[in-house]
Amino acid sequence: MSALLSVRNVTKRFRGLVAVDKVSFDVPEGAIYAVIGPNGAGKTTLFNVIAGEFAPDGGEIVFAGQNVSGLAPNVICERGVGRTFQIVKPFPALSVEDNVMIGALLRKRTPAQAREWVHLVLDRLDLYDKRTQRASSLTLPDRKRLEVARAIATEPKLLLLDEVMAGLRPTETDRMVAVFRKLCKDHGVTILLIEHVMRAVMALADRILVLHHGAAIAEGTPETVVREPAVIESYLGAETEV
Amino acid sequence: MIARLFDDITPRGQALLAIVLALALAAPFIVNDYLLSVLIVTLYFAYTGQAWNVMMGFAGQLSLGHAIYVGLAAYAAAWLFVQFKVSPWIGLFAAIPIAALCGAIIGFLAFRFRVSGVYFAILTIAFAEFARIGFDHFTAVGGSAGLFLPVSGYAKYDLWNLRGGPEMFYYVILAMVVIAFLICRALLRSRIGYYLLAIREDEQAARALGIDTFRCKMIAVVISAGMTAPAGVFIAFYNNNLFPEQVFHISQSIEIILAPFIGGAGTLFGPIIGAALLQWLAESLRVVLEAVGIDMPGSKQVFFGFLLLLVVIAAPEGFWPGIAARFKITRRK
Repeated sequence: MSALLSVRNVTKRFRGLVAVDKVSFDVPEGAIYAVIGPNGAGKTTLFNVIAGEFAPDGGEIVFAGQNVSGLAPNVICERGVGRTFQIVKPFPALSVEDNVMIGALLRKRTPAQAREWVHLVLDRLDLYDKRTQRASSLTLPDRKRLEVARAIATEPKLLLLDEVMAGLRPTETDRMVAVFRKLCKDHGVTILLIEHVMRAVMALADRILVLHHGAAIAEGTPETVVREPAVIESYLGAETEV
Repeated sequence: MIARLFDDITPRGQALLAIVLALALAAPFIVNDYLLSVLIVTLYFAYTGQAWNVMMGFAGQLSLGHAIYVGLAAYAAAWLFVQFKVSPWIGLFAAIPIAALCGAIIGFLAFRFRVSGVYFAILTIAFAEFARIGFDHFTAVGGSAGLFLPVSGYAKYDLWNLRGGPEMFYYVILAMVVIAFLICRALLRSRIGYYLLAIREDEQAARALGIDTFRCKMIAVVISAGMTAPAGVFIAFYNNNLFPEQVFHISQSIEIILAPFIGGAGTLFGPIIGAALLQWLAESLRVVLEAVGIDMPGSKQVFFGFLLLLVVIAAPEGFWPGIAARFKITRRK
């Protein structure tokens, strides 16, 4: 497996604060890769740099063999990176279906073709029955699902998921995990996710990167990472002391 | 194609629409000259409102300077007519590009340098004011003394030169409203239409879905400005005179946005319903005031103010969504 996404020595500073400090990692094609770490570790900033929201202050991001550091978010999306926002950003006054339509139109030639694809995506995320509702009327778990549906609709090669399980009940989490597994296995979508819900991380991730104060402190398979003393001390805490 | 454009309107809504259209077509044979002039003004604001709606209602970019597009187009066509006897229909080919180019310049300056929200609105006002003051001193087109279009020496109904009675102007503006409605409806169902709505709702999320927001906003401002231009040509030939202090005045820009605001910004029937409510109620009020012997020149503006307050409090999305739901005129997709 070759690396679909290569993050090399990426640094992002906000004035004096180094939010992301020389972070490097490779996400192999077809993998599910998780980034974990305590609040304020720089996970979302790292995501925003990859997605083009911020240009990195140092290092480079290589996606599908091309340097994409500093490109605009819409260009990054066109290249095949779909993303969700941690604080969900639905188009509130539009219907659920139209929300997803807007993502689908990136690659589908006509609105009619896009609509067919939208119905498939909505069905996959259990939103089909709610397709005529306004996005503003959805509950938070549904909004998270809508966020994912919209990103999937752009047919990404790499999907960036920023805490999409937060606030979901365990059964809903399992359902979402199944959706991502299927997406990865059947459709070959590579997934990079930020997650606090360890239940989901352990069930999904092939590899995990642990960030702390902007720097990578551990990287590896889930089993090895959760045993690292540095990870236990900074993030997992007493949970694994047993 | 046309039938597909109306598939979200219930049979009941379609019947109502047909009745309204039939009444609109028959109006000149039913009403007197005074009421016909009210209808013309109503349709004029329904049309300009529809054009403005592309920018604010669809793309979420608040323009408070649409008078500039009306004025530039009006002057372009009127000057060509006065100087070279160019038909206003040919004049459109100058007026539309001029207005669209002006929109593109304003849009480029604003969107390139990320001027948005209130600051964008102020920028649009500034441009309209520049134009007003500029044209006040632009003696080649009459300056502040105005530009006058010749009226004598034409046939009774000279459609080619747009010289004639109010009935002719009524049908011209009615056709413009219908065409603008169809254009906006087709636009809303196109890829770019969806993209504009996305930008209105959340620009950051729109970008993350691969939308080139700068390009889309430029398209919106160019379409909106270009669509406004025919209204300028119309008003020049209907009034037969042009004064910078009137056509470029900020009160013009404000009156353009009232109809879609009151009817429902972003909806297609909103500007039409809004214009009807505004003009008809304001004129009724004037007639009533006159009948009881009160002569209050500013009554229309005061009334507009009250209506705007009412909308903000009672129906922030405008009256149309409520009307559509109450009478089951549209259905959800």
